[in-house]
Amino acid sequence: MLNYAIKRIGLAIVILFTVMLSMYAMVFLVPGDPASLALGPRATPALKELLRERMGLDQPVLIQVWSFFRNAATGDLGYDVWSKRPVFDQIMEFFPNTLALGAVALGWALVLGILLGCAAVVWRGTFMDRLLGVLSVGLISIPAFVIAIYALLIFAVWLHWLPAIGAGQPGDIVSQIKAVILPAFALGIGWVGYLARLVRASMLEVMNENHIRTARAFGLPERRIVFRYALRIAIIPTIAILAVGLGSILSSAVFVETVFGRPGIGTLITGAVQKRNYPVVMGTVLFMTAFYLVVVTAADLLIARLDPRIRDVFRG
Amino acid sequence: MSSGANRGIFRSLMRDPMGAFGLILVVAFLIMALAAPWIAPYDPLKISITERFQPPSLAHWAGTDQLGRDLLSRIIFGARTALSIAMTAAGIAGGVGLLLGMIAGYGPRWLDAFLVLMFDSMSSLPMIMFALAVITVVGPGTGTLILVVVLVSIPGYARLIRAQTLSLGSADFILAERVMGASSARILARHLLPNVVGPLVIVLSMDIPVIIMLEAGLSYLNLGVRPPIPSWGNILYDGYTSLRAAPSMVLIAGLPLVLATLGFTFLGEGLRDAIDPKLKVRVPR
Amino acid sequence: MTTPLLTVENLTLNYRTGGDPVQALRGVSLTARAGEVLGIVGESGCGKSTLAATLMGLAGTNAEITDGAVSFRGENILTAREETRRKLRGKHIAMVFQDPMTAFNPVLTIGAQLVDFQHNSGTPKRQRHSAARDMLDRVGIPDPDICMGRFPHELSGGMRQRAAIAAALLMQPEILIADEPTTALDVTMEAQIIHLLRNLQSDYDGAIIIVTHQLGVIAQLCDRVVVMYAGQVVEEADVDTLFHAPRHPYTKALIACDPASLSIKEKRLPTIGGRPPDLAHPPAGCAFADRCAQVEPICRTAAPPRVEIGPDHIAKCHEAWS
Repeated sequence: MLNYAIKRIGLAIVILFTVMLSMYAMVFLVPGDPASLALGPRATPALKELLRERMGLDQPVLIQVWSFFRNAATGDLGYDVWSKRPVFDQIMEFFPNTLALGAVALGWALVLGILLGCAAVVWRGTFMDRLLGVLSVGLISIPAFVIAIYALLIFAVWLHWLPAIGAGQPGDIVSQIKAVILPAFALGIGWVGYLARLVRASMLEVMNENHIRTARAFGLPERRIVFRYALRIAIIPTIAILAVGLGSILSSAVFVETVFGRPGIGTLITGAVQKRNYPVVMGTVLFMTAFYLVVVTAADLLIARLDPRIRDVFRG
Repeated sequence: MSSGANRGIFRSLMRDPMGAFGLILVVAFLIMALAAPWIAPYDPLKISITERFQPPSLAHWAGTDQLGRDLLSRIIFGARTALSIAMTAAGIAGGVGLLLGMIAGYGPRWLDAFLVLMFDSMSSLPMIMFALAVITVVGPGTGTLILVVVLVSIPGYARLIRAQTLSLGSADFILAERVMGASSARILARHLLPNVVGPLVIVLSMDIPVIIMLEAGLSYLNLGVRPPIPSWGNILYDGYTSLRAAPSMVLIAGLPLVLATLGFTFLGEGLRDAIDPKLKVRVPR
Repeated sequence: MTTPLLTVENLTLNYRTGGDPVQALRGVSLTARAGEVLGIVGESGCGKSTLAATLMGLAGTNAEITDGAVSFRGENILTAREETRRKLRGKHIAMVFQDPMTAFNPVLTIGAQLVDFQHNSGTPKRQRHSAARDMLDRVGIPDPDICMGRFPHELSGGMRQRAAIAAALLMQPEILIADEPTTALDVTMEAQIIHLLRNLQSDYDGAIIIVTHQLGVIAQLCDRVVVMYAGQVVEEADVDTLFHAPRHPYTKALIACDPASLSIKEKRLPTIGGRPPDLAHPPAGCAFADRCAQVEPICRTAAPPRVEIGPDHIAKCHEAWS
């Protein structure tokens, strides 16, 4: 177990390092100088020089790479010339909003997804099972931002039930909850389909195990068998998927956050990309990748503790 | 694959209502994309300020946008944009993935280890974050979009091909060939290629809707296809900005995206059920 | 002679497969009477486990019963509603499964499961708990209270099988089916479980059906024996008759091959040559013809008749009188 943990954490660090290195390589491989690209064609040479100095671009390339790594390791992701604030501070300001959105979205998706997955198992082989299957695939495939726009139009613009824009007032928990409902709905709906499918498949596997036959032989009602006997075992692989889910749902929150004008990592990075604000883009990408790696690695280790058989399945 | 096998796949696809529905939608979108200039009622770029924000009518079935352009024509040409980007990107990614996967699966150990580390690093990057980073560096546009999609898709395909290559590489008939002195290139081309094409086709067809979504999403953020070229994402963005002035616009602009992603996903699922039901589905990203 | 509790008549069951259906049960008839231990013996694949599962109504979704009846106290349970059948399980017909390792749910305690298993009893929860505890005590588990709180993997194989037997007896069912109750256990455990089943049998007034491939288990536990081969009952007799005067060549071969009946002098373990027929395409004549030492031309063309040799002794063989 310890060996596995060291290997897994080591791999995560190597991956993070590779990612940082390739991102830096990309910046230097592409022709054109970031400062002039960022300022546009009408910038004066003096202004460009100033920006270059501020961004550390006047240093030799190797020094730049080295200082980037050294700073990143201490949590210093650089300085944003536009807002005149450290990148890390900005990320920390926006990240809680995105994390809250992702957690709420995954949370409701998990509850509904498990219920639908179990329902499909109870009704397996029937028309309802097939209908739920088609529904799940449909939910997975429809882009979240289209759902976000439709939800915005219907519930905020037409019905005025919920706010259309923002993340609520700071300190006002009710307004914050109201503001998270529509984005979380749009962001989570694809995961409902995905989790329903996953739970169904995992449950059907468990339902073939001998102890389920025992429970049947004692005449337990099917619903009790599904929820009390099968679900407890079938839920384990879902934990692994949830970790991957949390990592990726935070990134795909970009579109939904933009639609709802919700301050978060997504709006931070899209704004920066449009302005070609290198330090913010690189810092955010690096932060999100690191977060994703931490969650996935932690989940892998947790699963390996829970069930040594799964360890090998999820590595492949 | 023989034509007999293809016919069997087609038949089992049509028997499955979901697969048949997907196939019909996909064919409809393909026709729309190929015949766009002939079936579109108007020039998708023609601006007519006097006809702004027209609701759906006999003259403009889907209404007009904030510049008075015909929405239906823009959607039809948007199909052309979406499908050409998706097919080009999937084609290139599939080709490169095939090559890299075979090299990793069949080549020397150190090269395999290096490539696997590369694939792992690539796929631990959240897809959209990576896309945004590349766009920042290269600048937005259709070419960048294709580059991004190719880069994020390669690891998935390469890993699939690598796994298939590894499992086939130890098969008895391959060993026999090698003992007989057949060259590696010959073995790869004659035995591995036909065996890995099936799964690759399924995964490619299941990835098309993801690419369509990414294209539309990035174009929606104004970081993908540049206006005035019609893209479903641009159209949706135009609708979003005129949400209060003309709500019908955003409602209609979302439909092609919903139908296309549904169609391609159902077709992909149907293909998988018909060819290889054990193939894993991906985590949504 | 007592009245039959359970009657199986001409039970015919096919498993749907990709190709031709596998005819797992081909017209099986038997009866189980109160106060009696019935043994069902045969090689693996002869249909004995399918039969046991069908008696419980648990044959699986790919099984198709094409003919016959299973009557419990005169009522055909095959045609009963699923809800009715579910209420019978555990309370009236209970089962002990082959593999004690996997028979219990790994993430629930033994106690929780034993309480759950009394779902059909209609008694309140506290009563179920003490009933479970008492039953564990009765099957010889040393510390029943501790055992109630244990997870299945924390018990030894023998203890688990005792717990499984306790579970089956919880609601005093009229019929107890044990599917290979000792196969997964080592010899010492096997002896203990057989001893336990014999003790339980003496103060149990229902019918016990023991499904096994071990003739030793049959000899030690059963009053009457049904021998199955290729989805059919080939011989039925009381246990003494079966061992001392078997009439079907398959029964004779089975007894000859039993390691326990061999004399020391024999150097090689005798086996029955050949393999059972493919049940997707069973032969027109006797299914055992290809492996039979006494085979005659008629055996290959006509299905063997059901020959009554004596009261309660039946053999399905053309040569039963030879």
